Amino acid sequence: MGKFEQKVALITGAGRGQGRSHAVEFAKEGASLVLCDLDGDLASPPYGMSRWSDLEETVALVEAAGGRAISAVADVRDTAALADLVDEGIDRFGQIDIAVANAGIAGISTVAEMSDRAWEEMIGVNLTGVFKTLRAVSPHMVERGYGRIVATASVVARQGSPNIAHYVAAKWGVVGLVKSLALEVADSGVTVNAVCPTSVDTPMIQNEAFHDLFLPGQDEYTLADVERAYTELNPIPIPWVQPEDISDAVLFLASDEARFITGEALPVALGWNARTAA
Amino acid sequence: MGRFEGRRVLITGGARGQGRNHAVRFAREGADVAVLDIASTRIETVPYDIATPDDLEETVGLIEAEGRRGLAVQADVRSATETERAVARVIERFETIDVLVVNAGICTFGPIESMDESLWQTMLDVNLTGAFNSVRPVVPGMLENGYGRVIATSSMAGRAGWENIGHYAASKWGLIGMVKSLALEVANRGVTANIVCPSSVNTPMMHNEASYRLFRPDLEDPTMEDALPAFQSVNVLPVPYAETDDISDSVLFLASDEAKFITGATLSPSTGVNARNV
Repeated sequence: MGKFEQKVALITGAGRGQGRSHAVEFAKEGASLVLCDLDGDLASPPYGMSRWSDLEETVALVEAAGGRAISAVADVRDTAALADLVDEGIDRFGQIDIAVANAGIAGISTVAEMSDRAWEEMIGVNLTGVFKTLRAVSPHMVERGYGRIVATASVVARQGSPNIAHYVAAKWGVVGLVKSLALEVADSGVTVNAVCPTSVDTPMIQNEAFHDLFLPGQDEYTLADVERAYTELNPIPIPWVQPEDISDAVLFLASDEARFITGEALPVALGWNARTAA
Repeated sequence: MGRFEGRRVLITGGARGQGRNHAVRFAREGADVAVLDIASTRIETVPYDIATPDDLEETVGLIEAEGRRGLAVQADVRSATETERAVARVIERFETIDVLVVNAGICTFGPIESMDESLWQTMLDVNLTGAFNSVRPVVPGMLENGYGRVIATSSMAGRAGWENIGHYAASKWGLIGMVKSLALEVANRGVTANIVCPSSVNTPMMHNEASYRLFRPDLEDPTMEDALPAFQSVNVLPVPYAETDDISDSVLFLASDEAKFITGATLSPSTGVNARNV
């Protein structure tokens, strides 16, 4: 008997990476899934976005795990697309119990050199997109008197970090948003939390631009060099965690074991967070 | 198959309250559990009865009722020597300690402006130095094994200020600083160190006249019924307090493989109080 039998989980950014892992892990525990992602690239991230075929692959993995899923192409900046997704999910499965606001992008630039477009796209997807996701699901949850919302922030949502100020600002914003919504819906049976990962082994960091950022001025390097550079960030001496490690925390926050945890930002960060206040 | 099959656990302050519940829950999931408690002398300045030897024995009985080995060790965590000796007895019997739950703590009340030195000092001695005294003799064995889980009980008063318990807040902030530092020191050797930060919990520390008075300073002889709405007014979720099982859920999660990459973190099963702070 899975922990999430009869539960329905909506996950944004489910085409690959962490979102795909969350979908599969929820499916293993009995949940039905409502999934979305992009199908095509954005202007500013230095790596490609998810494609329809990625989302199809996630659906196949969910079904292989014994779960059911519906999926749609939706940009989390698009209010109408999210409303449609929520409606379709409720129409198909009867309700939405869990929402994981996972969709996010990364980019690289100093503040001085940052374009308006890079800033706006980052804040649009990583912060406004989370807001729109939470806004789309929370009234339904409040009405039913039950809901578990988990947003993906970052370990840099608790500190500063050069070259990714727009990402840092968006992720601090996610924590503020999560804590505020937690207070607004506390009387309605809905909890709202965040996870704060360190580097995760996904396309967001496994690309040339990010590898170059970690190895500045080096024209040639090996994967071992990249691993060493990423490892330096983490007190537990490994370069990155796997998407499944974040799923463990997301599923915990969505479970009954966490019924009295809300407004929390839980770091899965190899101890990086031991250097921050939160 | 429990998550802690074959693990050896030591819990300080294990005679009753949260510590007892953690003990039973670990035993239920397959662990042998030693419980350490002062269990005999009154602690000066503490306005409620502390745990008795009978309480401690009862906890051992509850561990054994789960089919696991239980062990009671008596020690005042304020004494480094007593605590070291107690830890040595646990290691003698269990061979090793895989999980340490630093749970022993007291709560007393008074404004800083008129706080007696003994009220301050006893608080720091039990809640902070007592935690240090408990951690220091256990960690070397964990490092030798290349495996260990340390979980310390702080408080929402370890993340914010609170009238009339400034000494308690100082001890709990200090505890977080100590555990985050420990996490960094041992991160590369298989040991994680984390903190749970409860709000009010349904235990003897909560249910006593002094605590009722703290929450209802307007009444001369407040009863539990008088105090309940005041307890609840501090919380964000509409409950007066969490149950000990809720705190155990978080402690066991942090001790589990699902949290293997979480260290130096605070996790707040605090009914949402943390939504108002970091």
